[in-house]
Amino acid sequence: MLTAMRVFASRLLGSFRRQHFDAGSEEEFQSHLHMLADRFVSQGMTKAEALRAAKQQFGGVAQIEEELRDRSSLALLEALWQDLSYGLRVLRKSPGFAAIAVLTLALGIGANTALFSVVNGVLLNPLPYPHPDKLVTVTSFEPQYGEGSISYPDLQDWVRDNRTLSSLAGYRSFQSFNLIGQTDAQRFSAVNVSASFFPTLGVTPVLGRNFSPAEDQLNAPPAVILSGGFWKTKFGSSPDIVGKTLNLDGKDYTVVGVLPQNFYFCCINFQLGDLYVPLGAAQQPWMRDRKVHTGIYAVGRIKDGVTLAQARSDMDRVARNLAATYPEADKGVGAAVTPVKEEMVKDIQPFLLVLLAAVGFVLLIACVNVANLLLARSTGRAREFAIRAALGASQGRVVRQLLTESVLLSLVGGGLGLLLAFWGTTAGLSILPSTLPRANDVGIDSHVLLFTLIISLLAGALFGLAPALKTSHPDLHETLKEGGRGGSGVRYRTQNIFVIVEMALAVVLLVGAGLTIRTLMHLWSVNPGLDPHNVLGFEVGFPPVPPNTSANALRARVRQLTDKIASVPGLTAVSVDNWRLPMTGADDLPFTIEGQPKPADENSSPDAIWYIAGPGYLNVMKIPLLRGRFLGPQDDANSPGVCVIDEDFARKYFGNQDPIGKRIDPTLTIKEPLEIVGIVGHVKQFGLDESGINASYPQFYTSNFQLPDDILTASESSAGYVVRTQGPPDAFTGAIRGAVHAFNSKAVFYEPETMDSVISDSLASRRFAMILLAIFAGLALVLASIGIYGVISYIAGQRTHEIGIRIALGAQRRDILKIVLGHGTRLALIGVAVGLAASAGLTRLMSKILFGVSSLDPLTFICVAVVLTLVALAACYVPARRAMKVDPMVALRYE
Amino acid sequence: MTDVKSEVFQGTLDLMVLKTLEVLGPLHGYGIARRIEQLSDQLLRLNEGTVYASLLRLAQKGWIRSEWGTSENNRRARFYSISNAGRRQLAREAQNWERFSGVIGKILQMQAGG
Repeated sequence: MLTAMRVFASRLLGSFRRQHFDAGSEEEFQSHLHMLADRFVSQGMTKAEALRAAKQQFGGVAQIEEELRDRSSLALLEALWQDLSYGLRVLRKSPGFAAIAVLTLALGIGANTALFSVVNGVLLNPLPYPHPDKLVTVTSFEPQYGEGSISYPDLQDWVRDNRTLSSLAGYRSFQSFNLIGQTDAQRFSAVNVSASFFPTLGVTPVLGRNFSPAEDQLNAPPAVILSGGFWKTKFGSSPDIVGKTLNLDGKDYTVVGVLPQNFYFCCINFQLGDLYVPLGAAQQPWMRDRKVHTGIYAVGRIKDGVTLAQARSDMDRVARNLAATYPEADKGVGAAVTPVKEEMVKDIQPFLLVLLAAVGFVLLIACVNVANLLLARSTGRAREFAIRAALGASQGRVVRQLLTESVLLSLVGGGLGLLLAFWGTTAGLSILPSTLPRANDVGIDSHVLLFTLIISLLAGALFGLAPALKTSHPDLHETLKEGGRGGSGVRYRTQNIFVIVEMALAVVLLVGAGLTIRTLMHLWSVNPGLDPHNVLGFEVGFPPVPPNTSANALRARVRQLTDKIASVPGLTAVSVDNWRLPMTGADDLPFTIEGQPKPADENSSPDAIWYIAGPGYLNVMKIPLLRGRFLGPQDDANSPGVCVIDEDFARKYFGNQDPIGKRIDPTLTIKEPLEIVGIVGHVKQFGLDESGINASYPQFYTSNFQLPDDILTASESSAGYVVRTQGPPDAFTGAIRGAVHAFNSKAVFYEPETMDSVISDSLASRRFAMILLAIFAGLALVLASIGIYGVISYIAGQRTHEIGIRIALGAQRRDILKIVLGHGTRLALIGVAVGLAASAGLTRLMSKILFGVSSLDPLTFICVAVVLTLVALAACYVPARRAMKVDPMVALRYE
Repeated sequence: MTDVKSEVFQGTLDLMVLKTLEVLGPLHGYGIARRIEQLSDQLLRLNEGTVYASLLRLAQKGWIRSEWGTSENNRRARFYSISNAGRRQLAREAQNWERFSGVIGKILQMQAGG
């Protein structure tokens, strides 16, 4: 090792201070030669003879010198420098070639860098918390439904009983408060969090403190932590905010802390809020009910030295104990422990991996293209290399020279690609907002730079190696004799293979893009079960009401506001809708069916998705009424309870019986049985691509005006509405806001959202994948057609002489066209065939992101094959025409 | 004639040069070439230039040093001498060589059935 270092050091030294360390200098050789010659003279030779003999015995001075030079300096470094400057000179002399090669590589490397920066930010980078690998989400888990929210009593027991988590904290997003100011009111989003929530994540308030456990209790004095953004916009980052009070929904909350501006968390059903309030202080009665799972999820931190598997089995044990203690609530409810990072990216991961593969293919095509260019050029340079070889350059040296040139190209291309990637990701992320979890973490960092450098070098080696090896084996004799015309069939074979390879790669990419496009087209044509066009949903926040306001007064308020909104011109239907828009969030309600045997326990009782609606709901959503009637204005607090079910409900729970007139009993929430009065169509609540158990999940509707008093009072601070508009819904938000304000100047109109955008958001990650795949496939198509164009023109050009002879001998122009075009077509067809076969194998890997389309979709495969063949033909047509017009005289004289 | 380019020969040549310098003291390239020629009874003919490649290898490893001087017949020449590290290396290599040649010798003396 030491010796090796010394050799390196002396070589390094040698490359800078040659004269000091120059064993075997010119002078030394001369001296040696003369001594040898002197000896021969003393043996009787003439001086001239002696000198010749001495030289012979010494060996070629030049060769020895070359060998010593290689040794005495850092041969590589020096040769590299030589090769570099030579390469630069060569490239400068053919700027057209250099520009095309660099641009091609920049596109390929740029696309890879851009995508890698996304993958790096989203999948690879650690989360911005201390020891992020220890963070896990803990959710309830039922084999039938998968992961779900936790009941608050269960959560408290999990916190108490587990032995493997250093902390476990619940959260419940999608809350909101009216902030009552001097003159008006505003609505702000809020999250309920356990006192240990921010400490679990390792987030410390920039001002004030975290919640104390005492504040995380029922009837504790109300406390609130502000988000950095809220603090800034609402209070101008005033440093003395801590200790002040905010009036939220009519109650005074003390500000105890302010979060850092950059606080960020994104996990199952967590949405950043303006305000954070303690979860344990939430008043709702169901918070104390072990059977109710409404939107509470948990994040925990695994203790040091505990593995994920240990934590999982520990939580299993805890859940099993609870199931034994509270069988009616917790039987079959497990606890799922998932690393936060996995949870955050699990939806996007398959898309990113498919995209990464696709973009890798683009780079491969780019490499093949440049390799082709190099190969074509190296034929022109064959004489140069033959001469160098004849003058004593070793094969390795020539390969090195060629590789240096190609790496030079790829590094320049990589630099340019980095710029493209930077602009591309910045533009891309601003066009495709909120599709990507952790989009903020995407950027160019040292990992991305390293990645770009490595793929640039690899690409350079890859596309440089084939031509380099090819060129460095020239048959000296032949090349020199042939006058540089080159043109052995073997060289064409390499180029033919290149063309076939890039055609095949392009096919794979086009098929991938085609399949995602078909998936989206399929999804767009899926009927969601309602007519989403011209539907606007929004919420209205009410100012606080006196403590003993009757439920009927609240019902009257909702009805009056409905009428007020309906008076806005251009609205064709209005309905109250106490939950969120369909397809955004759902609540599930267990019930029993009268006349059917009671289930053994709560968990095996039938359940369905519960929508709360007003009489106008069906007209707003245009859900088809199949039988009976929908909820009407006559269904109020004084009339018998009724409900409307969907077709899947009818099929699942009543089979061939007629459900109308039957009664169901949602025991838990609504204390009286409801009579089924109608059947409506199924709404695809779980998205256009809902499948499996979700696809026919039963649904039912009850009237907002028949809600039990306690539910109504608990949710009196806000109400949701949906309206159908004549024309684009966004144009109506102003008028509706005005109507709400006219109704009550302290009521707040907020969170307007069109049903169209709900649907389009649900397809966002697919659209993201489709757009990128389409871009990559387009890039591949362009590169591949440039590739085939280049090769066919090159080969046609090389064959000018032959073509001239053919024409001179009487071949028709058409025959020439046929020869050249035929060559191109043959290559394209082979490429397409290989590509289709490869696609058949590879597209299976992307079946996760497909929907409603087989990964072997014949239409896609056929279209791609046809398109690519046509494009290839078009690319070959230009050089074929040029070949056709060859003037035999010129062609023959040219040689 | 031995193939001058083989790696084995390079190592052997280095060993011979080192030994020559140990026995004869400071010597120029010409002298080393003569000594090897003389010792090998002309069996080993080498391009004398390759001696310099060997000298460079040895110098880079720190096993020999060099300084300019004047030869017996008044020509300027570089004189090489063995360093302490070179002597240690030579001892090691010589041992290895003897072991190795002993093994080869034994193998070559093997007889069928023996």
